[in-house]
Amino acid sequence: MNKKHMDEIENQMKLANAGIPEKERDLFADARPVKVDPFNKYYEGFLNWARSRSLWMLAFGTGCGAIELRPLMTSRYDMSRYGIAPRPTPRQASVFIIGGYSSIKTIKRIVRSYEQMQGPKYVIALGSCTINGGMYYDSYNTINRLDYYIPVDVYIAGCMPRPEALIAGFNRLKEKIRAGECEGMNEYTEKFDWYKSNQKQIIKDWNMPDYNW
Amino acid sequence: MEQLIRKIKGMVSLKAYIKQRDDLHFITVKKEQLELILSHLKNNEGFTHLAFLQAVDFIEDGKFQLTYMLCNYETNVNLGVLVLIDRDKAEMNSIHSLWAHAWQYQRELFELYGIDFPGSPRVHESFVLEGWDEIPPMRRDFDTLEYSDQTFYQRPGRSTNDPAEYMKEKMYKNYAASPMIRRDNE
Amino acid sequence: MSLATQIFYAVISVTVATAYGLTLGGITRKIYARVHGRFGPPVWQPFLDIIQTSGRRVSVSHGNMFLLGPVFRLAGGLGTYLFIPVIYGSAVFSNFSMAGDLLLVMYFVFFGQLGMALGAGQGGHPYSPIGIARGLAQMSTFELPFALAVIAVAIQYNSLNITSIVAAQQGGFMNWTLFTNPLAVVAAMISLLGMNMHSPFSIVLAPQEIPIGPPIEMNSGFLSILQTNRGLFAAAKLVLFMNLFFGGATNLLEMVAKTFFIYMFSVFVGAAYPRFRPEQSFRFFLKWPTIAGILSIIYIAYLGGTS
Repeated sequence: MNKKHMDEIENQMKLANAGIPEKERDLFADARPVKVDPFNKYYEGFLNWARSRSLWMLAFGTGCGAIELRPLMTSRYDMSRYGIAPRPTPRQASVFIIGGYSSIKTIKRIVRSYEQMQGPKYVIALGSCTINGGMYYDSYNTINRLDYYIPVDVYIAGCMPRPEALIAGFNRLKEKIRAGECEGMNEYTEKFDWYKSNQKQIIKDWNMPDYNW
Repeated sequence: MEQLIRKIKGMVSLKAYIKQRDDLHFITVKKEQLELILSHLKNNEGFTHLAFLQAVDFIEDGKFQLTYMLCNYETNVNLGVLVLIDRDKAEMNSIHSLWAHAWQYQRELFELYGIDFPGSPRVHESFVLEGWDEIPPMRRDFDTLEYSDQTFYQRPGRSTNDPAEYMKEKMYKNYAASPMIRRDNE
Repeated sequence: MSLATQIFYAVISVTVATAYGLTLGGITRKIYARVHGRFGPPVWQPFLDIIQTSGRRVSVSHGNMFLLGPVFRLAGGLGTYLFIPVIYGSAVFSNFSMAGDLLLVMYFVFFGQLGMALGAGQGGHPYSPIGIARGLAQMSTFELPFALAVIAVAIQYNSLNITSIVAAQQGGFMNWTLFTNPLAVVAAMISLLGMNMHSPFSIVLAPQEIPIGPPIEMNSGFLSILQTNRGLFAAAKLVLFMNLFFGGATNLLEMVAKTFFIYMFSVFVGAAYPRFRPEQSFRFFLKWPTIAGILSIIYIAYLGGTS
């Protein structure tokens, strides 16, 4: 395989970024996300232990379920004793809580924020709406299944689930992280084309890069 | 209030008047006379606040009903001014010169019902539905369930129950009477 | 003492100081939580956070200056710390103290923020420059009373060497600057509130307002460097204040006890007061603490102090 052929394959692997204007395309990255393997077993185990005790969740209330996060922060439920802290920027957050229904306008922002988070990243889907649409199953602008658009680690059923249920969900997430089962970041990379086609099917005005670094 | 209604009757042709409560009244006016009556109510009668502007789709009559809900802070009276417009040629005069915030309602109505307001600022920009290419979704001839089935992926195994029946079946089976009746006895 | 031993000792000293500073951070979070009526995170939470951020698998850089920003910040923290004698008379904790080190330390306190400004500016997020502008402006204002207090201390002990300033305060607590020159201490302690960036003066990070300001684009490893520096820099500032105003320390236990109470001063103020707006904060620093600083110089230089 000569160099020219390699370049061709590389070009095909690049993202088209068709949604953004031609003259702005240079400003955005066009590389695909790459799969990053875990470190060796013992080091990864240690890191997972630390990650499970220091969950930084993205402070982005994507739906009505975000109202349940406020009592969780305050003194009655106090999530900080579990090492859970809100972070205001996706660059630093590791847990993304989808609060209930997500409309098409929101799912666009959700995808953007999710892709900007630095892995390993975890998603907790809160409420019935993320599972099968909940009471909005026949709505024209809310999605029915969240796992078609981003990988989900833990579902918390209910409408709305109480903060206790959220804490239980967090504990389930911790168990999964410690067992090394939360590889949503690599799952997203492997099935990237499938996720993208699902996303593009509902987000009609795709005016952002195909992968947001 | 009766005095005000009489006054309005003298000014414009009032098609209907409904008194819902002491502090909630509805009048129906002609499409052409809407701006006249609104500016009169705002400037002379103390209805300074436009609480909302909404539409109802009367598909059987082929009409849209627009509700301009006004509020008088002095007397705490709400007055809804209703206008019926043609459904096929849904177009209405913009009132953003009377209330500046009306442009946002008009933008929403254009997107969700397809009612045009010529001259209203940014009325054709997308509001909540970004990149919508079907007929406006709040029109009643738009089938949301069908659209949802086609667009979003249904998770199999979904079932729906009537809450009252379901709870009677599952939770109060052992009781002779339903919880409603028991509460009455207490 | 050979250079190798000195470096070895410095490594020990820096490690201890970082661990101590991070633990203080953990205690702070615990105290804030208790004030709110919560349990709060464990005291070792900052360590877990650092392991977690440094253990991220990917990280995004925005260019060379972005890479250098956290490095400059850490250099500022290290520089501040390494030129302060932590424990008076100890070989391990005397660091690279030398004649005139007070000026160098004053410079290093500023240095980190400037480096951070360069790095965060390249991140490109609009909130970073807002945070930086606020941070630099606030820093200029609280440096004024602090510099005045330091000048007063330098005049009082006729020295710019921290070791000799500590030496002059030995022999009973009545020799501390706190009692010989209280106005300078008032000015400096108020500027410490701004330095520690706890609540009334937390306009730089301001999580609800300008989502954490300068480090908004910092991720993974960059953030863990900043977090480490936060511990080290906190310890360095406290040790500096202890040396200048509270008689220094002759053993580790004394150091921990004194710095702990100096730190708790700003924590308790932070837990009790809401945040200032930027212009309120700047005006505050330029008003009372500055007047106190000027009066302390007049007191020392023209009235001869108590000694």
